[in-house]
Amino acid sequence: MSEQTPVKEAPANPPTELEKRFPGAVKRDERPGFEGHIVEVAKLHEVAAAIRDEMGYDFLSSVTAVDYYSEAPEGENFIEVVYHLYKSTGGGALVYRVQVPRDNAVVPSLVDLYPGADFQEREAWDLYGVKFEGHPDLRRILLWEGFAGHPMRKDWKEPYFEEDVKPFKNRWPEGQVYRIEDRNPVGKNVSYPQGFDPDGFQETDDPRMYESLERSSQDFIEQIDTEQVVVNLGPQHPSTHGVFRMAVRMHGETIVGLKPVMGYLHRNHEQIGERNTWTMNMPFTDRLDYLSSMSNNFGYALAVEKLIGEKAAPPERAEYIRVIMAELTRISNHLWAIGFLLNDLGAFFTPALYAIEERELILDIFEATAGSRMMCNYFRFGGVARDLPEGILPKIKDLVTDRLPRKVEELDLYLSANELVRSRGEGVGVITPEDAIAFSAAGPVLRASGVPYDVRRADPYSIYDRFKFDVTVRQHGDVYDRYMIRIDEIYQSLSILRQALKDIPEGEIMNGKNPYQVRVPAGESYGRVEGPKGELGFYIVSTGKANPHRYHVRAPSFINLTILEKMCVGQKIADVVVNLGSIDIVLGEVDR
Amino acid sequence: MYGIGILKGLWVTLVHFVETFTEDFRWIGRKRYYSEEGVAARRSKDAKGIFTVQYPEEKLPVPEEFRFIPFLVYEVDEEGNKHDRCTSCGICAKVCPPQCIWIVRTEDPVTKRPVPEPVDFFIDVDICMNCGYCAEYCPFDAIKMDHDYELASYDRHAEHIYNKEKLSKPVEYYASIRPANYTREEAVKAAEEAKKAEAAAAKAAAAAATAQASGGEQAAS
Ligand code: SF4
Ligand code: SF4
Repeated sequence: MSEQTPVKEAPANPPTELEKRFPGAVKRDERPGFEGHIVEVAKLHEVAAAIRDEMGYDFLSSVTAVDYYSEAPEGENFIEVVYHLYKSTGGGALVYRVQVPRDNAVVPSLVDLYPGADFQEREAWDLYGVKFEGHPDLRRILLWEGFAGHPMRKDWKEPYFEEDVKPFKNRWPEGQVYRIEDRNPVGKNVSYPQGFDPDGFQETDDPRMYESLERSSQDFIEQIDTEQVVVNLGPQHPSTHGVFRMAVRMHGETIVGLKPVMGYLHRNHEQIGERNTWTMNMPFTDRLDYLSSMSNNFGYALAVEKLIGEKAAPPERAEYIRVIMAELTRISNHLWAIGFLLNDLGAFFTPALYAIEERELILDIFEATAGSRMMCNYFRFGGVARDLPEGILPKIKDLVTDRLPRKVEELDLYLSANELVRSRGEGVGVITPEDAIAFSAAGPVLRASGVPYDVRRADPYSIYDRFKFDVTVRQHGDVYDRYMIRIDEIYQSLSILRQALKDIPEGEIMNGKNPYQVRVPAGESYGRVEGPKGELGFYIVSTGKANPHRYHVRAPSFINLTILEKMCVGQKIADVVVNLGSIDIVLGEVDR
Repeated sequence: MYGIGILKGLWVTLVHFVETFTEDFRWIGRKRYYSEEGVAARRSKDAKGIFTVQYPEEKLPVPEEFRFIPFLVYEVDEEGNKHDRCTSCGICAKVCPPQCIWIVRTEDPVTKRPVPEPVDFFIDVDICMNCGYCAEYCPFDAIKMDHDYELASYDRHAEHIYNKEKLSKPVEYYASIRPANYTREEAVKAAEEAKKAEAAAAKAAAAAATAQASGGEQAAS
């Protein structure tokens, strides 16, 4: 920018910094309720590079597509790809988007700028059919080869189609009761792409995957002229993390390439979410990362409340309850993660069960407040579903001030200094801070690499600005640090809990009534929380109707997997499972 | 010295191991297993030693808010007739996320007016996701979440669509599993009734006053 920024005399529409920098290529998004800029498709790469390098937006949080479709010929008909970026030093979002025609959805890939866009672009291709030009490995990621079409498109219908939106009218017509299964029998509920023969199916996707595996391990192949083997780990529960598969290419015992394969549990959560009403989505968010449903509720509630505005601002007591629940969730999740990381290290189940004992006591609290141990469904827009039951606060206090600190210390004594844990963890699966940011890693994985980024501090939501706590950070970025950082975080959560328990006021727990239908004004919003596994974001678009137009989940487990190959290459095969364990994934969230 | 960390860790497991027995000794004379007291102690913040609850011989007590499958509440009047609280308004069916509620409404054969109580009421419990929304949003406190979680059956095709008969439970049952909720709701209802009665009384008084003013004596009778 050569000229001085003129003193603003409050002109009607001063051009924004981006508009000045790229005249003609960037224009502001003028739709009511929308923010950010619309970028010309041809200029996307250039603009994105400038935004990263000149403006410092180095963390690509979310990439997703939205389908604007109408049957009327003059209606809007395009696919939009939305990018949410943040600075790794903190602050608010920068949003930009490109719009492309539905029948020719081609967008330049940003993988070379942000490697973290890799899986997210593949997902947009899979679900929306957006072609990302220049993507090194544009294959389906959640669905399989024999899947017909791109299911998130608004004109896509499943073979057994009921209705576009709930509540359905036709589920049991004429008062006749049917089991859905009998009306939609297995075998009749699928359709295949044209010319696809499921019986003669050869796994064509796999050779393509092995090719890409070969490509990514090219350097090694040239250096060493020996035969390499491909080993498939999974898909049958590699060490209890869920149905997940890793195709590993090895030279001797050294890994030269690794491709995660997922989608075995794909339920098209987002499609279900767009048929649901706003309220109905809440219990479905429980089923994402089913180990921390309270956090999922939190993120979704925040996103919708942001769109509704003041009318849905939760009262004080509800905010405190939310924070208490979210932090308890973090503790229980980290206990689980530590326990199962030790399983992956070969310490079979003793540490895991010691950790799960404490988690059980936390789940008892969830059960008493929310009604269910895991599927909590506790948050509502503008508050929480019900007040804390009689006598639960002293119970939480006992746990937080007495039992948990004692037990976490014990766990620390039990494991942290253990020479085997150290030698299996130190220097294994190292991620540099630069890589962690570039690959959009989030949560403990990012912080263990020396990047002090925590959404609770970087972009505070709810009432987190009131509490004193440290953003934990460790410097080595290896498995051991990713283990230690979870212990550190438990201590910080305990400290937040103690403060919250001291200050929690009496009063209302809902802003106004809790209606069964909420009115959400047209617009978009991106709500994100620091979930136990990392940044959990919900991108929603409303058209003012009873159902969301777009409902997208930025799942930390899914995106953290992008860096798995980078972590593993050059290491021994025995470390793969440990590396995976140290990311702490839950397949409910990866596959959605 | 190499190995210190491992020894410390082993010490922790040893403590856990020993505690299992010392706890049993401390409970001599009292029932540590198969008793409510014992289960409660094993779920408290001071729990040591064996943590496991031996299901199904032992069961964890469920908290009041615990939810599983919904049930319909009915009341019995003095003559012994059952009355559903449900008015077949359909809100629960609308709000149910997986859409597993079906209500059969009816009309009076003579007057052709809709009858509030449903003829039948179905919930497909294979689809129900136990979210509790139906109970939360029912304006008549007619559908509530049950505590019973042992629902295994031999034939899911035949038995997993619950009808009204299977879903209905008396209001006393509801009061017994959710006493705090029940008391709260009854208090709200009583307050509303009182308000209504008051309003009615005020209205009657006003009517009587006008009647008196016009000289009529019938109002009193
Ligand atoms: S159970 Fe409640 S919400 Fe459902 S139809 Fe009956 S009265 Fe309406
Ligand atoms: S608990 Fe939820 S899923 Fe089950 S019937 Fe009620 S509203 Fe439907």
